[in-house]
Amino acid sequence: MSVVIDILLLGLMGITAIAAIRMKNLFAAVMLTGIYSLLSALWFLILDAADVSFTEAAVGAGFSTVLMLSTLTLTRSAEKPSRHSPILPLFVVVVTGAILVYATLDMPGFADPEAPIHTHVAPHYIEKSEAEIGVPNIVTSVLASYRGFDTLGETTVIFTAGVGVLLLLGIGRRREDGDE
Amino acid sequence: MNWIEHYNYWMVILLMMLGFYTIIARGNLVKKIIGLNIFQTSVFILFISMGKIPGGVAPILRDDPTTVYSNPLPHVLILTAIVVGVATTALALALVVRINEAYGTIEEDDIHDLDTGSL
Amino acid sequence: MTHHFILRVITKLLIPLILLFALYVQFHGDFGPGGGFQAGVIFAAGLVLYALVFGLDTASQVIKEWVLLLLVPLGVLIYAGVGLASLYFGGNYLDYNVLAHDPVHGQHLGILLVELGVGVTVAAVLTTIFFSFAGRGQRDVNEVLKKSSGDGDAGQTS
Repeated sequence: MSVVIDILLLGLMGITAIAAIRMKNLFAAVMLTGIYSLLSALWFLILDAADVSFTEAAVGAGFSTVLMLSTLTLTRSAEKPSRHSPILPLFVVVVTGAILVYATLDMPGFADPEAPIHTHVAPHYIEKSEAEIGVPNIVTSVLASYRGFDTLGETTVIFTAGVGVLLLLGIGRRREDGDE
Repeated sequence: MNWIEHYNYWMVILLMMLGFYTIIARGNLVKKIIGLNIFQTSVFILFISMGKIPGGVAPILRDDPTTVYSNPLPHVLILTAIVVGVATTALALALVVRINEAYGTIEEDDIHDLDTGSL
Repeated sequence: MTHHFILRVITKLLIPLILLFALYVQFHGDFGPGGGFQAGVIFAAGLVLYALVFGLDTASQVIKEWVLLLLVPLGVLIYAGVGLASLYFGGNYLDYNVLAHDPVHGQHLGILLVELGVGVTVAAVLTTIFFSFAGRGQRDVNEVLKKSSGDGDAGQTS
């Protein structure tokens, strides 16, 4: 049953992505991106990633859509048709895609319990985190404790991105004749 | 059934290539960022589908010792990647806003024309 | 701003729940799904909703800009400070075992503080980003209106 939902949801995501790309009206494209994110959040939930799922729902369907819409109000919402022929990009994309499909043939099948990813550090996290960390949510204990350095780096990236946006746009309303 | 086992990967590649095509073929900067978002989400899907174990549950410890948990590691990586992703998307959008203020357009072709002075 | 009566009433009802849920996700993240990243995003979403419905001026009275600018680095400093504290108590950087008399309690405390740091930074950065975009829009609103009306004509002719 979950395989059927998996196939359906991924199919819907593909359709939404194609529609978002074909739209000339950027407003519609942004709204379709929101739907795309919501579908991916649903799909994450089906694959047991509850934490990821509601982060994606809040970020992708909520915050990121609002940001894109505010960018559109600051710029414009119609896309001009491109002057270049799509043949070359299409060729590059098809060749890259074909190479990647060829590469997947060697990969372990979907949901294979013997896949290499499940045999190295993950069993340690699942078996020992109760005794070592004492926190039931393994995602939290890996995020904050086993991989604390990683998360510190990522928090710093977010901080830096925030500072970058502040430097580019500034916060609040400035004096009309103010120096930026 | 071999194709079912690889269906997820192929859908990931399809979405990834759709995003890639948008980035290289479209001239509109906001459209390029939408393409980047689609590309990014396809990578998330790749990671999460590798963490799935049949019959597994979300990696939150339960009292029953026979429970099978899905792999928590990809969840951690993607969880942080989503939030970092929105922060960097915001930075890209801020750049688009400033480009629009400087050039009056967000079309790559027009910006190129303005730079070379051939308009 | 007297329009959207239903929207304003429903928003007023929802915002406390959103903020409360964000705090629940923040501090219950050890036991159920949740943690600093999610809580920060949900908290920011609540503030953004408020700013969207009641306007940027009202929202920046609720949370002042200087508070936001203070919170952005504060979260990272809390996180890095936990690392320094564990160095001070004789452990490695970000080794929470030494923070309390018992390693597991130390881990609990460390995770709680670290997640708090993450949550503060994420919420403050995302709110700041939205305020920046919205503030930019309000500043140039006349210019943008002119530009977008010109834009619409160009879009129809092409």
